[in-house]
Amino acid sequence: MKNFGILAAILPFAALLVIAFLFTVGWERPPIGYEQTGYRGTGMQEPNNPREQAMLAALNAIPEEIYPLDSPADLAQADKAGDVYENVQVLGDLPEPQFIRLMTAITEWVSPEQGCNYCHNPDNLADDSVYTKVVARRMIQMTRDVNANWQDHVKETGVTCYTCHRGNPVPENVWFDEEPQRYAGKGMLGWNHDQNRPSAQNGYTSLPATSLASYLAGDGNIRVQATAALPTDAGGASIKQTEETYGLMMHMSSSLGVGCTYCHNTQAIGSWEMSPPTRTTAWHGIRMVRGINADYLAPLQGTFPENRLGPTGDVAKANCATCHQGVFKPFYGATMLDKYPSLAPMK
Amino acid sequence: MAHYQNIFTRVRVEGHPHYGVPLPAGDEPRIGTPIVAPFLGWIGNAQIGPIYLGSLGLASLAFGLTAFVTIGLNMWASVDWNPIEFVRQLPWLALEPPSPEYGLSIPPMNEGGWWLFTGFMLTTSIMLWWMRMYSRARALGMGTHVAWAFAAAIWLYLVLGFIRPLLMGSWSEAVPFGIFPHLDWTAAFSIRYGNLFYNPFHALSIVFLYGSALLFAMHGATILAVGRYGGEREIEQIVDRGTASERAALFWRWTMGFNASMESIHRWAWWFAVLCPLTGGIGILLTGTVVDNWYLWAVKHDFAPAYPEMWAPTPDPTQ
Repeated sequence: MKNFGILAAILPFAALLVIAFLFTVGWERPPIGYEQTGYRGTGMQEPNNPREQAMLAALNAIPEEIYPLDSPADLAQADKAGDVYENVQVLGDLPEPQFIRLMTAITEWVSPEQGCNYCHNPDNLADDSVYTKVVARRMIQMTRDVNANWQDHVKETGVTCYTCHRGNPVPENVWFDEEPQRYAGKGMLGWNHDQNRPSAQNGYTSLPATSLASYLAGDGNIRVQATAALPTDAGGASIKQTEETYGLMMHMSSSLGVGCTYCHNTQAIGSWEMSPPTRTTAWHGIRMVRGINADYLAPLQGTFPENRLGPTGDVAKANCATCHQGVFKPFYGATMLDKYPSLAPMK
Repeated sequence: MAHYQNIFTRVRVEGHPHYGVPLPAGDEPRIGTPIVAPFLGWIGNAQIGPIYLGSLGLASLAFGLTAFVTIGLNMWASVDWNPIEFVRQLPWLALEPPSPEYGLSIPPMNEGGWWLFTGFMLTTSIMLWWMRMYSRARALGMGTHVAWAFAAAIWLYLVLGFIRPLLMGSWSEAVPFGIFPHLDWTAAFSIRYGNLFYNPFHALSIVFLYGSALLFAMHGATILAVGRYGGEREIEQIVDRGTASERAALFWRWTMGFNASMESIHRWAWWFAVLCPLTGGIGILLTGTVVDNWYLWAVKHDFAPAYPEMWAPTPDPTQ
């Protein structure tokens, strides 16, 4: 047994590696549940981790209504908020009691601990000197825009401030541009092609870290699969480009807690005619997020103080997880909009 | 001979260490005093050494070690030389090939140049190791079947990392050196080219892969099962069938109507194993060069199955 020493040296090292790998990010232990969603034999099924359902359900419960809205008759008689208060630029047409109720609700949804003064100067509520007030005003416009013009994605369910904020002044699932790799410039080694950095942005894979910047802040071409059987003179997407698309898809998958087959038939992943209708909803969602980032968030860069900006000085941006928070529909499809009609499109 | 009815090896022959047959003139001597490790006797020969490295083996190890260390240092540098992050993120780390814009030109060292360097070192190492296998087989007076089987695997390796990138005109088409990164490369490759499962050579490769495992299990089980009749002397039984051979043959004729012979079963196994990377390499080589979307190609040639619709067809929103 004199050579047992060699094995005794190797075995703990191997065991250590195995254990280290088990604790790497993104690991979920079996068993994982499955629900069949397509024709038998096509592998179309939705995975779910039964140990995460309670956590996700708690995260995606809608809050209680703060108090009931006055009757339409009462509201019709009330003064307009814009007549009662100064500097009400967006919600001035709301009856005053409805305006106050919405302000109270926003406080509950966005700054429950910090209160009204998170956005307002207590000495002069009309004052625009607090940056959060300027941001909040823009976000109310954004919410109304989404509910009115992006029904291809949000349907009648719509969104409210709470869809993203969930009691946090800054929504938990926002993203910044990834820093260009910090170490590669320093020496001769270590270039990673902006890949191989597991994060929420790429669903904890080794796929590119630049997918969200390319496709949710920029409007890069997501389609990489050849549309003809044989190669064409135009050439096709590179593997690198394919991996960037794949990174976006992994982000969507982990944000919604679904697999590829929620939106694609993997027999022909690029084929629209074989895809479930959910893919169309997701397609509009991508355009919606691009619109939100380009029209509402990016222009606020000068409004935010430096400590709210990312490592490269960009604003916090939205992605699929910002609203979805791990489930296929935020709040499993429950709507809050019926209780807060001032955020819904005018009827 | 009930020893063979066990799951693990029971017969562990121990004796004076065997130094091997005399080497041809001009060869370096084998190095090291043989040692006996009874623990290893459970899975193979308990004797370790002597080792013959020779100049081919030493050169191969030197080139291979250079490649291994270059990959490792690049991975470690990509986490800023943090040893804990290196272990924690190791499955994600890689040495990446150059960007597509470099095509087949030589990129800066830290933008894919190290990948090219490592590819050259690793390929040289593998080629030298192949030559070593060939020459060692010859030195023992053996056939060179093992070397040619190894060459089949080298073919697939060269297609993935060298020949296909050359044909596509870009080093960036090649596989990164990394654990998850090479798997993500594989998945992206299949997605980009319209589902590799519709590539007939990929299908053949899978047949030979799983077929190899099946044949291996069937043959191993058959020989162990007739061990009590001397079935382990299978090579002699090619020309001199004994009762073990007869029983094994009859068993398979009874159960599946056909039996391989003591000779042909080894040819079956060798060809299945060798054809797995050979056909796989052809499949990879055709992808992107000759066929751009395997699913559409399969539709064109009427072998993609159609399944009943479960929902109304979704129109492309851009059309």
